[in-house]
Amino acid sequence: MSGARIEVIERNCKGCSICVEFCPKNVLEMDVFLVTAPRPEDCIKCMQCELLCPDFAIKVHDE
Amino acid sequence: MAKKSALVQGNQACAHGAIYAGCKFFGGYPITPSTEVAEELSAMLPKVGGKFIQMEDEIGAMASVIGASLTGAKALTATSGPGVSLKQELIGYACIAEVPCVIINVMRGGPSTGMPTGPGQSDVMQAKWGTHGDHAAIALVPESIQEIFEETVRAFNLAEKYRMPVQVLYDEIVGHMRERIVFPEPGELEIIDREAPTVSPEEYKPFDSSKGQVPPLAAFGSEYKYHVTGLNKAADGFPTTKAELVDAEERRQVDKVECEEARADIEKNEEYMIEDAEIVLWAYGSSARSARYAVNELRKEGIKAGLFRPLTLWPFPEKRTAELAEQAKAIIVPEMNLGQMIIEVDRVAQGRCTIDGVHRVDGDPLNPGQIMAKVKEVI
Amino acid sequence: MAYDYESSIRPGKLPHIWCPGCGHGIVMKGLIRAMDTCELDRKNTAIVSGIGCASRLPGYLDACTLHTAHGRAAAFATGVKMAKPGMNVICVGGDGDGTAIGGNHFIHACRRNIDLTYVIMNNYIYGMTGGQFSPCTPTGMLASTTPYGNPDPVFDISKLAIGAGATFVARTTAMHPRQIDKLITQGIKHKGMAIIEVLDDCPTSYGRRNKFRSVIDMMKRLKDNAVPVKAAAKMTPEQLEGKFLTGVLYHDTELPEYCEQYEALTKKAQNA
Repeated sequence: MSGARIEVIERNCKGCSICVEFCPKNVLEMDVFLVTAPRPEDCIKCMQCELLCPDFAIKVHDE
Repeated sequence: MAKKSALVQGNQACAHGAIYAGCKFFGGYPITPSTEVAEELSAMLPKVGGKFIQMEDEIGAMASVIGASLTGAKALTATSGPGVSLKQELIGYACIAEVPCVIINVMRGGPSTGMPTGPGQSDVMQAKWGTHGDHAAIALVPESIQEIFEETVRAFNLAEKYRMPVQVLYDEIVGHMRERIVFPEPGELEIIDREAPTVSPEEYKPFDSSKGQVPPLAAFGSEYKYHVTGLNKAADGFPTTKAELVDAEERRQVDKVECEEARADIEKNEEYMIEDAEIVLWAYGSSARSARYAVNELRKEGIKAGLFRPLTLWPFPEKRTAELAEQAKAIIVPEMNLGQMIIEVDRVAQGRCTIDGVHRVDGDPLNPGQIMAKVKEVI
Repeated sequence: MAYDYESSIRPGKLPHIWCPGCGHGIVMKGLIRAMDTCELDRKNTAIVSGIGCASRLPGYLDACTLHTAHGRAAAFATGVKMAKPGMNVICVGGDGDGTAIGGNHFIHACRRNIDLTYVIMNNYIYGMTGGQFSPCTPTGMLASTTPYGNPDPVFDISKLAIGAGATFVARTTAMHPRQIDKLITQGIKHKGMAIIEVLDDCPTSYGRRNKFRSVIDMMKRLKDNAVPVKAAAKMTPEQLEGKFLTGVLYHDTELPEYCEQYEALTKKAQNA
């Protein structure tokens, strides 16, 4: 499986942490009020984070 | 060929006028004494490819009318006092969102359920001040069946031209009365359609007043996509709380009707034996019919009475009323309410002459004798 | 991969006004995907709302958008659809807007079976005014106007819609994003009144007051208590206690659509 690039649109992120909580592979982390993706290599591209982000702030791209 | 004429009821004449004006949508709710407008249009509209819908309530009727108008259809509703009260929030919506539409108010007594089958003229102030917030208003007050037809056409024209709701107020007497009217030929009366935008869809702003006080309105379902809201908004149609933008829009929306040029276009009065009149009967709607009779009778007795009859009640005919206050010894305002338009007459007259009223709210029309008695009391 | 939402959103409108964790954004994404799936021409699509948090949704979408008065979305939409039946008309809004002040328009739009798709975001509360109870606030729960617990019984929006005559009624939650766009797509394709109830969360006005520790708690509640219709058929009433059914709850393809009925009436009138 090819890797994923996780894009965080910081301007839109409100730090709700839904994406972090429901990521099945623990790819994401909160950096205080902003989501970060420290482990993109673990991403299985299930898209849960992107689908559940209410703020149009996270996108999963094919690498 | 002789023109088509027929003996019709006031409410029927209204329906015919609407069709003549190009009305393609009616949304309403049954209410006495206006229901015949709906009944008539339920039969007429499908024949001309229009739509009739009886909504679940008065508010829904007003909402459907605004929605339909945004697709480009000339839209109408008809109701009476209690129904207008319910519609008021959305009349304000049509004001701020600048959506053309026509509201027929066949006036009865009130407040509340009042006297549904009796006449009244007690909604003339709510036609101006019924909805909350500052806004312009146009209200027309025909006195005869022929005039109901013509003023309904004019109401559509003004709604389209000034992009706003226009109310036509006539009372139960003329609403239910039958008179012979002559139907104008197609093309005989001017028909005005709203101005469509000429800019590209990308450039279009629904409230861009740079080329005039009344911005062109695109139809939903055309090439133009835009936003409509009841919030204070900027020229692009999106909500704003920026003080200078809100202020400018609010003022423009009032000024588009109340500026001198618009007033001259919208105001319409009849003057009868006014030239040398010392006593002016300032009357509108069916009360003016009694007032005209009274003028004739008073003249026979050597009293210099005249009739001033506004067909446009709002915007208020300020200039002419002020001139009459200068000319006359007294202005008498007969109305089927306890004194509404007299407040405006008095405001404009500024003490230049005696102002008095003849009022009746018992469900019977004002008769000439009552008016004559008041005139004699004043002189 | 990464979905192109931006093409559907008006430039410069994000970030939106909704609070952190509010599910309305998830629903908006689902709506965009459904409109894309149905290939709706946005010039020919009206998105109509009333007043409230959820009713701010149309302003973000590049279409013919109509943000009306409180409760009146279905009635404005009825006028739009009647006057121009060729347009796609979608209503969006919240539970209070749709079923309290707008309840009459809601049930009558259902009764007429007019071809509207109504996405109703049920977050159990009036959010914009600061958390007063709505007809959908569960009995006993706290709201700013029920300091001793809500004494009112609750509307089941989907049941209300079915009872009133809507011919496509479905329910999902903000925790089921793929189902949101699937059901809205079905609703748009359905010829008649389609109601899609999306159970949603309001962490700010409902969650905090009712001791949900976080938005995550609220989302988990939505996830854990959703029971697909098929699965529910095999469960006992005891097992279904506190759960809600999701999926297509009612679908009738036989009942004629209102504008089509009116078209038939028009032909009759013109031939008479």
